[in-house]
Amino acid sequence: MATVVSPAPAVYTKRRTSLLLVALMLIGAAAAPLYLHQTPLNLLGQFLALCILAVGLDLIWGYAGILSLGQGVFFGIGGYLMAMYLEMQGLRPGQLPDFMTWSGVTSLPLGWYPFESFPLTLILVFTVPALLAYLFAVLIFRSRIRGVYFAIITQALAVAVSTLFVNQQQFTGGSSGLTGFKTILGYPFYARATQAAFYEVTVAVLAAVFALTWYLTRSHFGVLLRAVRDGENRLRFLGYNPTVYKSFVFGLAGLCAGLAGALYVPQNGIIAPGMLGMVPSIEMVIWVAVGGRGTIIGALVGTLVVSYAKYYLSSTYPDFWLFLIGTLFVVVVLFFPRGLMGLAELAGRAVRRPTS
Amino acid sequence: MIRPGESVLEVSDLIVEFDGFRALDRLSFVLYADVLTVVIGPNGAGKTTFLDVITGRTRAGSGSVRFLGRDTTDLPDYRIARLGMVRKFQAPSVFPDLSVRDNLRVAAAPAKGLWAALGGRLASRTREAIEQALDITGLGPLASSPALVLSHGQRQWLEIGMALAMQPRLLLLDEPVAGMTPDEVERTAELLQEIARQRSVLVVEHDMGFVRRIAQRVCVFHQGRQLVEGSFERVSGDQRVREVYLGVETP
Repeated sequence: MATVVSPAPAVYTKRRTSLLLVALMLIGAAAAPLYLHQTPLNLLGQFLALCILAVGLDLIWGYAGILSLGQGVFFGIGGYLMAMYLEMQGLRPGQLPDFMTWSGVTSLPLGWYPFESFPLTLILVFTVPALLAYLFAVLIFRSRIRGVYFAIITQALAVAVSTLFVNQQQFTGGSSGLTGFKTILGYPFYARATQAAFYEVTVAVLAAVFALTWYLTRSHFGVLLRAVRDGENRLRFLGYNPTVYKSFVFGLAGLCAGLAGALYVPQNGIIAPGMLGMVPSIEMVIWVAVGGRGTIIGALVGTLVVSYAKYYLSSTYPDFWLFLIGTLFVVVVLFFPRGLMGLAELAGRAVRRPTS
Repeated sequence: MIRPGESVLEVSDLIVEFDGFRALDRLSFVLYADVLTVVIGPNGAGKTTFLDVITGRTRAGSGSVRFLGRDTTDLPDYRIARLGMVRKFQAPSVFPDLSVRDNLRVAAAPAKGLWAALGGRLASRTREAIEQALDITGLGPLASSPALVLSHGQRQWLEIGMALAMQPRLLLLDEPVAGMTPDEVERTAELLQEIARQRSVLVVEHDMGFVRRIAQRVCVFHQGRQLVEGSFERVSGDQRVREVYLGVETP
């Protein structure tokens, strides 16, 4: 039997164009050390590191419908692990980081030992956050906790972990965090070439994470992620176990967040508990919301726009920033649920069909 | 392979009780491979319980179920589903944000594990199953539209398509035309007749016009037993069936 229906406008077109656009953006970004001064380059590098986190967050929130208000935790863990390595660079054998000496610690805590090794640090900065995120997700999702209840638990996790980092001053540097990095692999930390290297690694990792995500969202796995968001129980009835998919993707987002933290810290020069708590975790969600959920590219755009706005406004009107971002979130949710990407699409359509 | 005329499903002496109420009372029933069979009966006749028992959702107190020559009486529901018995529920529950094709794809993929989903391309058999389902349900032109734009009838067809994409040996349909417009009912009738050419189909339905239209064999359930079976004409002419449905007393 033939049903005569005119085909609806294809929802998932324009993919090749967007892929090309991102490729150009990444090439432009990779060439930035040629045309940007130290300060803006350093700033852009930090934003691009945050983009890595946002891509992971879009994967869980935009595709699988899992809202996490605790991505700061995994970001922070990646950042702290990298900072632990940096903190021990340039120390004499047996010498401890200053904050430990001040807290009366006499020998290096056990957890710090792996971070004397650079290769080991490189592995741990993403495996530890990924594993923790995965285990956390398995634990919660197995009890069939989801939706807003899950979001509240992640929020609680952010508060708990940031409090823990403040309290364990002798191991974490307390509320002032870890800073004062001097060298890395024998190179002066703040030299232009060293910072440019951090920057280029960030661009490369972002490109890799973007490519991986692009592949995943278009594979059968991506279809199943959206099916999880649409009807978890229905999926179960078709023979799938949604918990497996949700936990895996949450671990993947944790991995992205950890990488982001590890790349952010060397360019920012400090990691402190204030950067992994409740407020930053919510800001991360706002990046994705402003850019447009479930598009990956929206996460990149949103992160860059909101981060730059924050940098610009919080230095000019520091008291004003939190009100502004709160308002922005409400406006986006109420009036532009598809974010900047949705606006761009509307604009594109208006240009192509000026008469209708 | 099942040969025409062979029995696909044999049910004998099923008894199911809920708190003393006998939902199935020594029910016996046979389904033949190439005969589109419709089960009818008044409310409480045991039709849905019957589907629940053969799909392994409800356990029978006594009696046996044989599917494709195997005793499936005590198998868990997912094992029975893997043998090829697929049930389409009454309420359509498709994934609204997925495209029609992706809905079929989720149902058609033979491996349901994470690694299979992460790895590369779909098997060509799966792809064929998807295209076939699109073709037979007539949803081809809507393949890339999200399921949320579908009408109620189209959703039901997608749901049937999803069941088909799972390549069932036996397709069970619970009230497939409930809430449909007369036009949609007509199309569904054509669709089911088309499907029944290739696989065994059992339908539970209330709509008598629809039953008359599609049934090659009608079985009437009443108070947990099979009361009459045969062609629509024979069954609808039967005095006992009239009594059951219309409450007419025999003089």
